[in-house]
Formats: sequence, structure tokens, C-alpha cells
Amino acid sequence: MTRYLVKRILYMLVTLFVIASLTFFLMKLIPGTPFASANKLSPAQMAIMKAKYGLDEPVAVQYVKYLGNLVQGDLGIAFQFGNTPVSDLLANRIGPSIHLGLQAMIIGSIIGMILGVFAALRQNTWVDYSSTFLAVIGKAIPNFVFAGLLQFFVAVKLGWFPVLFWKGPEYTVLPTIALMMFPVAIAARFMRTEMIEILGSDYITLAKAKGASYFDIAFKHALRNALIPLVTVLGPLTASMMTGSLVVERIFAIPGIGEQFVKSISVNDYNVIMGTNLFFAALFVVIILIVDILYGVIDPRIRLAGGKK
Amino acid sequence: MEKILEVKDLNISFHTFAGEVKAIRGVDFDLYKGETLAIVGESGSGKSVTTKSIMRLLPPGNSEIKGGQMLFNGKDLAKLSDKQMQKIRGKDISMIFQDPMTSLNPTIKIGKQIMEPIVRHQNMSKSAAKERAIELLRLVGIPQPEKRFEQYPHQFSGGMRQRVVIAIALACNPKVLIADEPTTALDVTIQAQILELMKDLQKKIDTSIIFITHDLGVVANVADRVAVMYGGKIVEIGTVDEIFYNPQHPYTWGLISSMPSLDAKDEELYAIPGTPPNLLHPPKGDAFAPRNQYAMQIDLEEQPPMFKVSDTHYAATWLLHPDAPKVEPPEAVKRRMRQFPAGKEVK
Repeated sequence: MTRYLVKRILYMLVTLFVIASLTFFLMKLIPGTPFASANKLSPAQMAIMKAKYGLDEPVAVQYVKYLGNLVQGDLGIAFQFGNTPVSDLLANRIGPSIHLGLQAMIIGSIIGMILGVFAALRQNTWVDYSSTFLAVIGKAIPNFVFAGLLQFFVAVKLGWFPVLFWKGPEYTVLPTIALMMFPVAIAARFMRTEMIEILGSDYITLAKAKGASYFDIAFKHALRNALIPLVTVLGPLTASMMTGSLVVERIFAIPGIGEQFVKSISVNDYNVIMGTNLFFAALFVVIILIVDILYGVIDPRIRLAGGKK
Repeated sequence: MEKILEVKDLNISFHTFAGEVKAIRGVDFDLYKGETLAIVGESGSGKSVTTKSIMRLLPPGNSEIKGGQMLFNGKDLAKLSDKQMQKIRGKDISMIFQDPMTSLNPTIKIGKQIMEPIVRHQNMSKSAAKERAIELLRLVGIPQPEKRFEQYPHQFSGGMRQRVVIAIALACNPKVLIADEPTTALDVTIQAQILELMKDLQKKIDTSIIFITHDLGVVANVADRVAVMYGGKIVEIGTVDEIFYNPQHPYTWGLISSMPSLDAKDEELYAIPGTPPNLLHPPKGDAFAPRNQYAMQIDLEEQPPMFKVSDTHYAATWLLHPDAPKVEPPEAVKRRMRQFPAGKEVK
């Protein structure tokens, strides 16, 4: 197991290196400069600015320098915010996004899984149809529509929850609901399909022949076997949920990373683009590793040879 | 002998998009205490449907018990609620399935799967149930049961898995054990071991077995009585000797003629021509008539009743009617009939 983990972590570093390189060169293809008042600067002033930040050197040299800094943990400075270090910016902004994303993901997948299980157990009844309906809605309607509707009806009209900002647990409720509709839909659909297939399998018939109750059949025998494909889908989805949603964060005025990232691309804030992107990539590869480890936890057949010795 | 299970005029249909499939059309049989009843017949004859309906394991959505009774201890299994049925399954009646590779849950430890019916039906504590499970593993001939208890199904071979399935089925000393082709998916040497094991355990816990198979060699090995099914009906039922050495139904003749035998030399192996009937539109007369070289006009018009051959032997063929012409059974069957001591007395 340790050997496997070391190997996987090495692969992850290689992946991150490739992603860093690709992002760097692609980013440099975008025309423009990171300076806010670029069109007011004379060519001479521009040259001075570029020289100051090392942007006058050939791209290859910039790349090597960036990687050198990166290895030392230096992500550079953000141009937009009075030269704050990118790592500080990320640290301040990523918290709400991860909190919101994880919360929506966990609650959403649990609700989705429950819906999927009951839809499968009561196949072709109103339970199944309502679960399907909810899943279609969750998948078809974008989260910002839910965000707007929730904000207007639940916050403004009913006044149950705050309309804006990010100051405490009650502020997280509405954005969480808006964001979790998608994972609810995905989890419900996958769970239903898997459960229906598993409920028809031989070992479920044997469990019935043992006299097991419906509850035991669904939750002790079928559920665990249905989790494998679900984990495959929900893992990467968790990563993308944790990296923030531009629109939902803006609607609820949440100081998350989603909005920041999009803005940094439009203003060519090179270091913020690189830093955020690398952070997302790292999050992604770590989650994929966790998913792979979870496979083994769920299904003994996937456990690594020698892992038990 | 004491009857443990009585199936009376059982009728089961499946509702499909094409229409109603009458899979079981009036099946009657009794199961006595401690005996092994083999049900034989080709695919689609209704063997598995009959036994699955005894366990009430047919899919509730599209199958329907149209009529008849299945009396177990005086209770009609067809009329029990799901809750009542859960108390009988695995305790009084249990089942062994065809494919041991798929009938164990891949994500649950073997030991836990054996303990499940014990804990559920016998109110045992976890530790007592564990002891019982290890004892069962030993009983079905699995070496190192304490270690195997902690393992998962994928760490077992096919034959070992079938032993585990047998251990699960026998966990609560059931009164009836239904074995649905338990050796079909195993290779021949393992088959023999599993059959020996089942016979051995049957004596130890005095259970009755319904053994479904289409392997007549297996039947001769394990069964006390044999029911031959065709087209959703039992066409002939009798003791093993009566079915093998004095068969009366042309379908049974066909089955026996298509068995390779040691004393038949240089003969082409017989195969019954044609295909089984489509039970979406069951035939009016004897379902076997279109494939039967001995068929008479009445076979196409009216279903034959069960004619009595002896106290234990019945067959549904018009050939047993007093007015029927005498026909010569196939050579392979005649050869067997000559070995049947009581054969001379029967017409």
C-alpha cells in the first residue's frame, strides 16, 4: 500500500508539472498585459513596467523562472490587488468556495442517493416518477436560476434566510440548496440505475431466500455494491464543486474563488491564473486518488494485492 | 410417510408485452419427509418457476399465481404476506441456486453471509451465531473455517462457493431444501463432491430436497422420486426405478433414449425432434403431441389426465387408456424395461 501511494504521488507530481506547463504557454498566447491602465501607458512606460515584472524576457525564460519559484512554493504576486501574494489571495478566497462546495456536495449526494434507492425499490410507481422528475429538473435547470428563485422567494418574500453575504451558517443555506441540485440529480439517476440492476442479481435473490427484510436487502446487500459507479462520478464532481461557482457566488455576494478566477483570466493576471489553476488541478488529482482508495474500501475485489499482508 | 409439502393444481402466469404466458398449468405433487424429489425437464418446462413460486421469489410485478395451493405445515404459501414469508424463507424452506459464482454478495464477508439467516431466524447472539457459522463451514467440508470465515467470496473457488451456499441454506436446519440445478455450473469432479455432500447432509439434518436438474445422471444418483415436467405440467411422476426402468410417457422415453448408455454400441444418440411449445398459446391437447411419434388424434384434441401405473407412479399420456393401441417403446427404453423387476406385471 505504501509503495502504491508513493508511486501515485509521484504520478500526481508529474501530472501537475504537465498541467503547469500547458497552462503557462496557453496563457501566454492570450494577447494583452496584466496592467489595468495599459492603454494609457506610453510604449516607454510599458517597457519599464514589463521589465519590472520580468515580462520582457522570452517566454521560455519566464517559464523556467516561474517553475523555479513554484518549486520553492512562491506563486508570485497578484497584479490586480496592489501586489498581494497569490498564495494569500488564494488562502483568503478559497475558504468559502470549498466550504460551500463540500456542503452542497455532501448533502446533495446523500439526498440523491436516498432518492435513487427509493426510486429503484419502488420502480415504476409515483415514488420513482417524482424522483426522476426532480432529477431532470436538477440537471436541466442551471444553478443560477435556482439561486435567483431561492433568493427572491425564500429570502426576500419569506425572509427565512439572509439574502446576501457570507457571515455565518444561516448564510450558507440558500447557496447550498442552489448548488446541490445538480449532485442530487446525478446521484439519484446513477443510484437508481445501479440499484435496479443489482436488485435483479443472483445474490439479492439469495438474500431474499435467506428471509432478509426489504430494508436489509436494500441497505445491507445492495447499497454498497451500487456505490462503485457512483463514487466514480461523484469524485470529480466534488472537485469541480469545491472550486467555486462564478454565478452563484456573485448572486449571493460570497467572497469565493470562482468569481476571482474568471476575472483574473479577463485581465491577464498571469500569476493568479497559474496559481488558481494549479490549486484546482492539485485538488482534482488528490480527489482522484481518494476515489481510487475508496474503491478498495467499498469493494474487496479491488483491494490491492499484498495490501492485507 | 409424512407429507411436508403439498402442491395442488398450481397455475402460474407471466404477464408480458406479448400477452399472458401460462408457464405452469396445473402442477400437482407431494413432498414427503426426508425424501429427495427430482424435477427434470428441458429448459422452459417450468421447473424453476414451480420452485421459485414455492419460495415466493417470482418477480411480483409481472408474475401471478392464478390458482392452486402450496400447503406447507397446513399453511398455503400462496396466501402468506411478505412478512410471514420472510419468516419461512431460509428457516423452514431454503434454496440453493445454480451459479455459485454470482449467488454470493461480493462485498460481504463469507462468515457474515452465513450468520445472517442464523441471527435473523434463531435469535442467537452474534458470538453464538459465529460459532454456528464456523461449524457449518466445517460441516460442508471447507478447510480452515476460522480463516475462511473472514474472507470474501472472490477468495473462494466455484466448488467452495457452492459449499458456502449450501452452508447458508442449511444454517437453520430447513425442513425443505430446494436445489435449483446446484451442480450445473460446476465441473464434473466437483459435481460429484457436491452431490455426495448434499446426500450426506440430508441424512444428518433429515431434510426433504426438491432437486431440479436436466441431468438424468444426477437424478439417478440423488433422487428417491422423479417428476418429469413438460410444457408447464408434470407429465410423469414415480420412483427413480419406475421412471428409469418402466417409463410410460413418450416424453420420458425420449429423455431416456437421449441418454448415452454403456450397453448401447454403435448407435446414433437419440435427440427428441422439434422444440418445446410456446406457452403464450398453450396447445389444446397434450403439449408434447407435435413432437411425439406415437401421438394419436386425441392427443391433439384433449389433454390426457394422470393415469395410475402403480401407487407411486402416474403418467399423463393417452397411451395408458384401456382403449389405446399397444405401442412399442424405443429400443433403449425396452432394454431398460427388461431390467425392471415389476415391469412384467404392469401392462
